Amino acid sequence: MSVQNLNSIDPFAEEEILQGTENVGSSLEYIHIRIQQRNGRKTLTTLQGLPTQYDPKKLLKAFKKEFACNGTLVDDDKMGQVIQLQGDQRSKIATFLTENGIEKATIKVHGF
Amino acid sequence: MADEPLFDPSLKKKKKKAVAFTEDPLGAEADPTAPAPETIDNTTTSGEPVDLGPTTAHEQMKMNGEGEDDDFKAMFGDLKKKKKKKEIPMDLGDNDSGTSTPTAGGPTPAITEDLDFSDIKKKKKKSKKAALDMEAFEKELSGSKSKSTGDDDDDVEMEHNPNLDIDDADLENDPFAQPIDVPVGVDSGNEPWLSSDRDYAYPELLSRFYTLLHAANPALLSSSSQKRYTIAPPSIHREGNKRSIFANVTDICKKMHRQPEHVIQFLFAEMGTTGSVDGAGRLVIKGRFQQKQVENVLRRYIVEYVACKTCKSMDTLLTKENRIFFMSCESCGSRRSVNAIKSGFQAQVGKRSKNKPA
Repeated sequence: MSVQNLNSIDPFAEEEILQGTENVGSSLEYIHIRIQQRNGRKTLTTLQGLPTQYDPKKLLKAFKKEFACNGTLVDDDKMGQVIQLQGDQRSKIATFLTENGIEKATIKVHGF
Repeated sequence: MADEPLFDPSLKKKKKKAVAFTEDPLGAEADPTAPAPETIDNTTTSGEPVDLGPTTAHEQMKMNGEGEDDDFKAMFGDLKKKKKKKEIPMDLGDNDSGTSTPTAGGPTPAITEDLDFSDIKKKKKKSKKAALDMEAFEKELSGSKSKSTGDDDDDVEMEHNPNLDIDDADLENDPFAQPIDVPVGVDSGNEPWLSSDRDYAYPELLSRFYTLLHAANPALLSSSSQKRYTIAPPSIHREGNKRSIFANVTDICKKMHRQPEHVIQFLFAEMGTTGSVDGAGRLVIKGRFQQKQVENVLRRYIVEYVACKTCKSMDTLLTKENRIFFMSCESCGSRRSVNAIKSGFQAQVGKRSKNKPA
């Protein structure tokens, strides 16, 4: 006699596995580049959704050197690690990433 | 533009103010930005009246893939377009020989008027654009006076010119069209592959097909370029130092057949800001935004949530089913789900103490 609740297949576990594979296998995850306005004419740029094979720390360092701006790595509960740069670096980031072998189709530049 | 009267009800009436872009594939090509395509050399050149005019449509189709975005950009006819427009004379020279694409604003207005009537729509579109962005317009004025004025004149004439066909006929005999440049491999009236023993390439045949098609029934061309999707440009003005007001948001939403909430949500998510709707139905946006910027965002909204991906029609409806938005096209009946609007990561801006929920 089998009790359904005691089945070896746990629906919740399956769900988790499913989600895990989704996140790993989803090549459609976009890299989002956003801009936010600060005081006056100041802005900051955020980069979210970096693929896991890239080291955000090293990338940040490269960004800072390349764009001559400061920046930081922010840990967000939902979004994971987000690179945050001073000023409007959206187009620069996009070109930098494409030049270094990230497909342009995966990059989404937001903002105005 | 920002210093124009803000919420002008007459804005809509004025045709020139209206933002224009073409949805059908023909429209995409209409913009002069498209570099003169290689198709030119296939078209028969001198002497053959058949070829005049319609090549454009084909090129459009061709460019459609890449040009899609351009199309949408053209919608509001902003500065970028403007700049591109200056390339026109070049375009004209290239195109004219065989195809006589009606690029507006040639070096001399008089000539262009003669040349251009094969496609009226394009003209209009261009001139509308010209009128749209005042800044750019002035710039252009200073840059090339004759050009822009010529456009304007054309615009007026366009509306009620009965002689269009006649002009078209003139065009065929127009000595101006031919001598400008004849691509190397093209003999008069012959397709390039006739002179050599190579095989004809697909694009060549395709362009030939379209030239013949449109020559046979010009109505096809004009009717298809008839449809244009226009919305009034967003009227943005500043309230105080840190807030912008988007006055005609409800009008624009109505025009797009979208819920204002949806549009506003998208605007806020894209611009990374917040705001509210005030008593008069205007949208108050936190932060300083210019009209151009809001236009860009709206354009992106239209690409994603209004335009039908299949037939490019703007006649679509957005419905929500089981927490998923579906967009169904009224003209072709296609239906697809659209992405939910996500605001994504929001960086900490301003005082932390204000954000703390105490």
